[in-house]
Amino acid sequence: MAQTAERVVGTEVRRKEDPELITGQARYSDDLAAPGMLWMKLVLSPFAHARITSVDVSPALQVPGVVAAFGGRDLAGEWAGPLPTAWPVTDDLKNPPMYPLATDEVRFQGEGVAVVLAESRAAAEDGAEAVVAEYDPLPVVLDMEEALKDGADLVHADLGTNASYTWTLTNGDVDAVFATAPVVVKERYVVQRQIPAAMEPRALLAEYAPAMGEYTLTTSTQIPHIVRVVLAAFVLGIPESKLRVRAPNVGGGFGSKIRVSPEESLALVLARRTGRPVKWTGDRSSDVLTTHHARDQIQEIELAADEDGRIRGYRTRLIANMGAYLLLVGPGVPLLGAFLFCGPYGGEAYHFECTGVFTNTTPTDAYRGAGRPEATYAIERAIDALARRVGRDPVEIRRMNFLPESDGPIPSPGGLTVDSGHYNGTLDKALELVGYEELRAEQRARRERGDAKQIGIGFSTYIEMCGLAPSRVLGSLKYAAGGWDAARIRVLPTGKVTAFVGVSPHGQGHATTFSQILSDDLGIPVDDIEVVHGDTALAPLGMDTYGSRSLSVGGVAVHRAADRIVEKARKIAAHELEVSEDDLEYVRGRFSVKGAPDRARTIPEVAFSAWTAHNLPEGVEPELDASAVYDPENFVYPYGAHICAVEVDTETGQVDVLRYAAVDDVGTIINPQIVDGQVAGGVIQGIAEALFEEAVYDENGDLLTSSLTNYEVPAASDVPSIRIDKTVTPSTTNELGVKGVGETGTIASPPAVINAVVDALSHLGVTEMARPATPERVWRAIQQAKGGAA
Amino acid sequence: MHVSVTVNGTRREADVEPRTLLVYFLRETLGLTGTNVGCDTSTCGACTVHVDGQSVKSCTMLAAQADGREVTTIEGMASDGELHPLQRAFHEHHGLQCGYCTPGMIMASDSLIREAGHPLAEEEVRIGLEGNLCRCTGYQNIVKAVVAASQEMHGAPASA
Ligand code: FES
Ligand code: FES
Repeated sequence: MAQTAERVVGTEVRRKEDPELITGQARYSDDLAAPGMLWMKLVLSPFAHARITSVDVSPALQVPGVVAAFGGRDLAGEWAGPLPTAWPVTDDLKNPPMYPLATDEVRFQGEGVAVVLAESRAAAEDGAEAVVAEYDPLPVVLDMEEALKDGADLVHADLGTNASYTWTLTNGDVDAVFATAPVVVKERYVVQRQIPAAMEPRALLAEYAPAMGEYTLTTSTQIPHIVRVVLAAFVLGIPESKLRVRAPNVGGGFGSKIRVSPEESLALVLARRTGRPVKWTGDRSSDVLTTHHARDQIQEIELAADEDGRIRGYRTRLIANMGAYLLLVGPGVPLLGAFLFCGPYGGEAYHFECTGVFTNTTPTDAYRGAGRPEATYAIERAIDALARRVGRDPVEIRRMNFLPESDGPIPSPGGLTVDSGHYNGTLDKALELVGYEELRAEQRARRERGDAKQIGIGFSTYIEMCGLAPSRVLGSLKYAAGGWDAARIRVLPTGKVTAFVGVSPHGQGHATTFSQILSDDLGIPVDDIEVVHGDTALAPLGMDTYGSRSLSVGGVAVHRAADRIVEKARKIAAHELEVSEDDLEYVRGRFSVKGAPDRARTIPEVAFSAWTAHNLPEGVEPELDASAVYDPENFVYPYGAHICAVEVDTETGQVDVLRYAAVDDVGTIINPQIVDGQVAGGVIQGIAEALFEEAVYDENGDLLTSSLTNYEVPAASDVPSIRIDKTVTPSTTNELGVKGVGETGTIASPPAVINAVVDALSHLGVTEMARPATPERVWRAIQQAKGGAA
Repeated sequence: MHVSVTVNGTRREADVEPRTLLVYFLRETLGLTGTNVGCDTSTCGACTVHVDGQSVKSCTMLAAQADGREVTTIEGMASDGELHPLQRAFHEHHGLQCGYCTPGMIMASDSLIREAGHPLAEEEVRIGLEGNLCRCTGYQNIVKAVVAASQEMHGAPASA
């Protein structure tokens, strides 16, 4: 009877999520239908900036199958308030209201001006076509630096400025360090705008039960809990208890589904007004306009250093494009990188400032890494510039500047307390994995021969802060919510387990990972554990999934709840075995009496006793059920060394990634296969950011990259296989030792790629390379370095 | 208009608007929601199914054009409770994360492997799947899965 499962943490358990996904049985938001439902379609502004002179929905009402249609003004009375930002980063932040539909003025191409409800998809589309909206175009503001000049045209005329906020951070005597340092390098980089492009466009189904006054929203979101509180309290003005939000299977997010959206707001209101369920699915061409964009920063970074290249100070100025409005966490995105413009390097002084600026573009918000890829890009490019200046090798300059290696906390110039790190360890391993010596030899040979195709090697020794986040720190940064998360574990009478968690996955494999943790904690086989998430009616209150937090915050809550199960079970086991609790030994699901190992109780046995409740010890309640809420004391800090080798055709400018080695330290690993999957996906996304992807507007503010044919999400044939390895330095922030792995790839890889392109062309005199490094850009850079006309 | 299509071995008939795309006929008329939609420019391949054994992006074809033909969707890939080798391989090699692209990837890979007639090398898989986008996996494990399934389907040793 004494059964304990094998230890499974650290093994490649195959994902529990897969069976429904590989057979087509999974349900995503757009797969759902409800009896009598209506199809919703929005009418979007074709102009980037215009006064709305009229919206006539009456022609739409003539279209067969159209049931209702509204302009922005028709619904203006429905809103308790605008779609809020949860992160007003400064007291004087300018935060112009954005409503689900515009009423007087549109400020980006794709802003909604009217909405149509119809009996079918086709009728809704025809109805939306029939709406007549008229506009008076206004001057369009696109360039961030122009936008900040005196006398610039304004996105929001009543604000009198396009600047939303300026946020600063200073540690140490920055001016003195820069005044006395013998070497200062100053660099300027543009981190181009990205479109997250999860493969599943956003979609939803809204239902309303009039007799009960209850709303149910099933939506393709990363944040069902946050959507619920924000929609109920701020946008709709309804009791939070009357709104249930469910995230079913979600087809990728990458930050783009951290959103409280106009469509969610409209669908709920219209479900109530019509008394019928409302379904909305964003087709890709509207999704690229209406789902937020990301990155889009102009960066100035300065490093102050000694003559030998030892860095003493960092000074960064950013302009960050907010787009037309502040979204949920948009203004805070640069702050997530604010502490990391020093990478994993030392120094005594640090200054960061960022100005958020409005433009007539799709609003920006989080995208895989959020702020940290931008910071990593700046420091990893700048340290190469410093290496060139002081005549050092890129490996050498990194090694001499690494923070002290440590198993425990170390302060950083940015003001963080890094949990643990052995930076040379990942770098050593990456050099070997990529075949560094061989690549350098090949590079030399090609240079000597003057080959048209040259090789370059680029480094990125990054560190990130994730596991968002200690609530106290979020409070000090003026974020409106906490960063804790929750789990509830129920051991059923038959010894099977249901775990209810507050994080909400969209491809990460939480059910598998959490089952592995629980299996080891409770001695229950992985297959006997179910993980329930993404439904506010079932899950404990939680803070959802972003910022590589699910394991390092949510997973720790799971582990702590399991500890409480064991604590309670120990009392019952001791009672039944008639020994004191101290006389029991616990190993993976089995209590045995010290010195008499055959006298034992397993967790399933105790669960049955707890359920029958026939013979419980004094003061112990029936049921084997426990909860935990975990608020981390600190962030977690994954780090690593990524090395990219590219081949650049100096005649055409074509860049191919020859080899890519990613050696990450993400602390303790629960499931190596899932971790490697996250690394591979993130690295390729980052390579695409460096080489292919850029959201481009024309001078009128029309989005040119308006579909997946011209916004270049790479296909399998465009990208390489990468080499992946790990070192393991447990985090000291949490008892699982885990650090998080969701964002490492996109944080680390773009500078590795661009540094490699620069390195490939350095013998020609190229030192600068804009991103994405398209063949045209690379070719022009070569011509320019050669002194030719470009 | 009236269409009659054999879907996953069963004859299905319905009246549809002439402009109905095959993908919506499958998803909305027949309730076969395993086939996904990721774009409106026939770029992403999420909607890939087989029509008369050949892989087709079902968002590029009208339901009317499928009249009288045989369509296989992801729901029809497992037979007698046995997963298709590609389904097993995607699971084994972690070839999916959110799973949204997966039905299309599996359908496209199946015809790729069958048409090749031999076990595929990594490069052949990458080029063969050019028309299917995945945002989660970076393709690394998809490629591994398809190579492995191609070996199994063409009777090659399961190693390498
Ligand atoms: S939905 Fe058919 S190719 Fe994208
Ligand atoms: S697994 Fe998410 S898009 Fe491929």
